Amino acid sequence: MKGGKRRGKQIVTYGSLILLSIAFSLPFLWAVSASFKSLEEVFMRGVWLPMPPRWRNYAQVFSKIPFHLFFLNSVIITGGALLGQLFSSALVAFSFARLRWFGRDFFFILMLSTMMLPAAVTLVPHFILFKSLGWIDTFLPLVLPSYFGGGAFSIFLLRQFFKTIPTDLEDAARIDGCSSFRVFWQIMVPLAKPALATIAVLSFIGHWNNFMGPLIYLDSYQKFPVALGINMFKDAYSIYPHYMMAASIMALVPVLVLFFLAQKYMVRGIVLTGMKG
Amino acid sequence: MNSRGHWRKSVLRNLEGYLFASPWILGFLVLTAGSMLFSFSLSFAEWDAQTPLREIDWVGLKNYSEMVKDDELFYKSLYNTAYYTLFSVPLRVTLALLLALLLNQKVKGIAFFRTVFYLPSVVVGAATAVVWSWIFNPSYGLLNGLLHRMNLFLNWIHLEALRIPEPEWLLSEAWSKPALILMSLWGLGGSMLIYLAGLQGVPSHLYEAADLDGASAFRKLWHVTIPMISPTIFFNVIMSIIGSFQVFTQVYIMSGGHAGGPNNSTLVYVLYLYRKAFVELEMGYACALAWFLFLVILVLSVIIIRSSALWVYYEGERR
Repeated sequence: MKGGKRRGKQIVTYGSLILLSIAFSLPFLWAVSASFKSLEEVFMRGVWLPMPPRWRNYAQVFSKIPFHLFFLNSVIITGGALLGQLFSSALVAFSFARLRWFGRDFFFILMLSTMMLPAAVTLVPHFILFKSLGWIDTFLPLVLPSYFGGGAFSIFLLRQFFKTIPTDLEDAARIDGCSSFRVFWQIMVPLAKPALATIAVLSFIGHWNNFMGPLIYLDSYQKFPVALGINMFKDAYSIYPHYMMAASIMALVPVLVLFFLAQKYMVRGIVLTGMKG
Repeated sequence: MNSRGHWRKSVLRNLEGYLFASPWILGFLVLTAGSMLFSFSLSFAEWDAQTPLREIDWVGLKNYSEMVKDDELFYKSLYNTAYYTLFSVPLRVTLALLLALLLNQKVKGIAFFRTVFYLPSVVVGAATAVVWSWIFNPSYGLLNGLLHRMNLFLNWIHLEALRIPEPEWLLSEAWSKPALILMSLWGLGGSMLIYLAGLQGVPSHLYEAADLDGASAFRKLWHVTIPMISPTIFFNVIMSIIGSFQVFTQVYIMSGGHAGGPNNSTLVYVLYLYRKAFVELEMGYACALAWFLFLVILVLSVIIIRSSALWVYYEGERR
């Protein structure tokens, strides 16, 4: 009797999970399917398995727009910003977690409160600042700000991690005359690798997906990252949805690959986000 | 001598602390505090970012009064954003909780399901917005294709009365916002993960005690699970509201740039701000809009935080 009830419950649970996962993956599957269709198939209803699959669509994207260039731009912007975010947020987090200085706790609270500030408030001043520096239509406004602490969230996450590292190692190193920078670089950073990996992954995805920044700061399309390029493609070639889908799939691939390689780190990052609430 | 050495050491220690924190402190001074000050002053001026800054027109409260008195699009964008938030946030928060509850039942293959639900929220951006704008295509899109099939089936079993309309989605004034809300639900995986972590922190002895008292599954959910994870719900609600008030990328792409969809029906607040600043080059007005947004988010957050005393339960806190 009880077993039957549990079985019924299980069927309901798995049934809804399977239905929901179909719903959640349908957009992906449909985009992949559309990306292999011919133009006629795209405008036919109910075709899921295009025959034969048009691999050519993917090549066509490159002949319509300099997709490889967009890719390269994305890699440069993302890589540059990611390095800055990792290095500077680790430095600052180390200071907040392990050094004692006047006003530290005040600055820490101040830093946390900046998370509440809508980006819109600083949008115009940033634009004017970078414009007056002559940085419009360069990668600098997209990369350089990451070198100034890399955002409250990554500092916070790293600071929490540094706090959990026992002081014994640090004390021993200090008795041997290690400077703070060596403590940071040779003890803290190697021990914080999992936390740094989390930040690296989140930062990569954040910068890869960034749209508004490039939209505001870049003018010439040779400098566009993938996110902007794909939007340009959508506007210019909306009559070729199958190419549009192929381009979208290609734009998603780096993030997807990273996701499957580093899901562990991402899940941890997201869960930590919730913990502070 | 000794005290002087001590003093020197303390200065050095402080200096070191500031040195390590200096990237953030510098960034804060210029990119946050300085920018806020600048933006606030600009909100009392008219400036197109082209003419030299010294020829700026100080207009006092004109931007704000124009916004409140004459600007229909300001109200429209506020309405659109409120509409989007009002539907998207409750739906997201409850659906994410339901998914997390389903996954928390020690199911087999949890890793697989978790990935499927979480993945969309990771990739949400320009590329997925392009995909979704094709999904919403009225004639050839996935969504109306499915609805069409369903309607054919309903016809076939003579239940024409239940036929579902096949809307024009992004092309229609009435359906463009629901389309955006639907798409936003696809990205609820992040909230779901946070719930899942919260659920795993609920001590099992509470459920065992409830079982002993013969509590039904629903009562366990209502009287144990929900109170215990209410801090997590609170966090997700606040974050979703702040996020949805600032939605931009998906809307920009799906409503054809700064055009804002049919009859500005998807002109959300930040999109309007973008249009003012970077299309119409009204920098001062855009700053005024930004500060109003800040105020709205602040007030909403304070209301929710205040109300949280009524519905958020913190263990170890005396009542």
